[in-house]
Amino acid sequence: MSFLNIFKSDATRRTTLFSGHVVPDSSRCVQCGICTYNCPIEIDVRAHVWRGEAIKHNECLTCGECVARCPRGVLRFEQTDLFKAGEE
Amino acid sequence: MRHVIIGAGVAGLASIEAIRSLDTSSEIIMLGEDPHGFYSRPGLAYYLTGELYDKALFPKTREDYARLKFKYQTTRVTKINRAQKNVQLDGKALLSYDKLLIATGASAIPLTVPGAHLQGVVKLDHLEDARLILKFAKRGKTAVVVGGGITALELTEGLLSRGVTVHYLLRGDRYWSNVLDEHESRIVERRLQEEGVTLHFHSELIEVIGKGGKVGGVRLLNGRTFKCDILAYAIGIRPRLDLARDAELALDRGILANEFLQTNDPDIYAAGDVAQVYDPLLGRSVLDSLWNPAREQGRVAGLNMAGQRKSYIKRAPFNVTRLAGLTTTIIGAVGHGHDEDVLGIARGDSETWRQPPDAIVAQGGFDTNHVRILVGEKTIIGAIVMGDQTLSTPLQKIIANKMDISRIHDKLLARDAKIADVIVDFWSHYLTRA
Repeated sequence: MSFLNIFKSDATRRTTLFSGHVVPDSSRCVQCGICTYNCPIEIDVRAHVWRGEAIKHNECLTCGECVARCPRGVLRFEQTDLFKAGEE
Repeated sequence: MRHVIIGAGVAGLASIEAIRSLDTSSEIIMLGEDPHGFYSRPGLAYYLTGELYDKALFPKTREDYARLKFKYQTTRVTKINRAQKNVQLDGKALLSYDKLLIATGASAIPLTVPGAHLQGVVKLDHLEDARLILKFAKRGKTAVVVGGGITALELTEGLLSRGVTVHYLLRGDRYWSNVLDEHESRIVERRLQEEGVTLHFHSELIEVIGKGGKVGGVRLLNGRTFKCDILAYAIGIRPRLDLARDAELALDRGILANEFLQTNDPDIYAAGDVAQVYDPLLGRSVLDSLWNPAREQGRVAGLNMAGQRKSYIKRAPFNVTRLAGLTTTIIGAVGHGHDEDVLGIARGDSETWRQPPDAIVAQGGFDTNHVRILVGEKTIIGAIVMGDQTLSTPLQKIIANKMDISRIHDKLLARDAKIADVIVDFWSHYLTRA
């Protein structure tokens, strides 16, 4: 990868973390609860995953604890339009 | 109308949610042997490693249950009386049903070698098993683990993380050879060894040696013996068929259910690990012992019990697990015995994996990354992704939807092809067109 691509990749990553949300692939989840257990502000991430919903909790810091700790790679950050003006 | 659900696993719970989505007034009673009710059984592995405490394994709150308006009773169902449409509880009371769901799951195949009854012989089926393992792990210094698949590895990792010295016995010459290729087995084995696990290949347990009623050691087929305090086994699971067999329901390896999850008795349904479900796409009945198919089967059974006609369609085989710390996704056909026209190609680390196609930041940061895909003439028929999971979702969709990959077929098979790049390009192109 050229260094320019590294910058681009890093910029994409930062934009996603800034404006994105944690979204689940529920088909990978077994409801173990590691995500909820590790959420620093105690969002019930697991309940969102059961319902197949993005973590659209307005207190979510997108800190990434749940994404990193999930043993099955259920969670990822993704840019969504959930918080577009007028929607929420 | 009374719905009775036998079994407190995910299939049972999903059936209740489905019934309630259509019917708010019928009575629903769930009967379970496990005094703890519904919890994440796959999560027990992470309770063993100390990533979770036991109370966190329970996904549902009191309010969730109140919303579903059902009664849970800890009891053992001892008989199903089909003619009278009732079930017998603990050999005594009778409970009538209009619709019955059997979702009794599967249990660990018991160890039968001499000494299997000794204190310190453990398995990982229920929360109480996990608690027992942790109790022994406090006192035990050395454990022997037996079994070839995922659960044996979970036992190994759990014991290891509790400070126990682990010897892992493998019957063959490598780990999980019916799913992983040699390179993948070696990745897992090397990681285990780096953590201090001693692997014993071509080793078969023939006896657990006792010492005052407790595990004192093991004897192997090759004559070798060594000392240990814990013997943990995971040598497979089997559907819990006793009730269905007694009730003379149609059985094969599981309870035979049609695409509506109905058994040969139209008022009795089966779902989850115990069910062998007809798949209209495959044209045959299959057992599935995974958590998500169990949830989906429970959901479909519930809808049908509540009067909606809904078929269960099995998805492309798909399993997610963690092998020696590496998140691993297994999609479609990756095992042995496939068509000679199918070509398997595998690659190790690739920078592309950290350049997600559509602004997705997936789980990464693994020190080992590996992907293997099985390429047919026009489709990718299977894949295994270990470590970084960026490619996992695209591959899952490409395989499940049997997407035509003719355009990239030759690129994938080219010598030293960067298969991760090729797949990411293909997927990005697909997304921009979609």
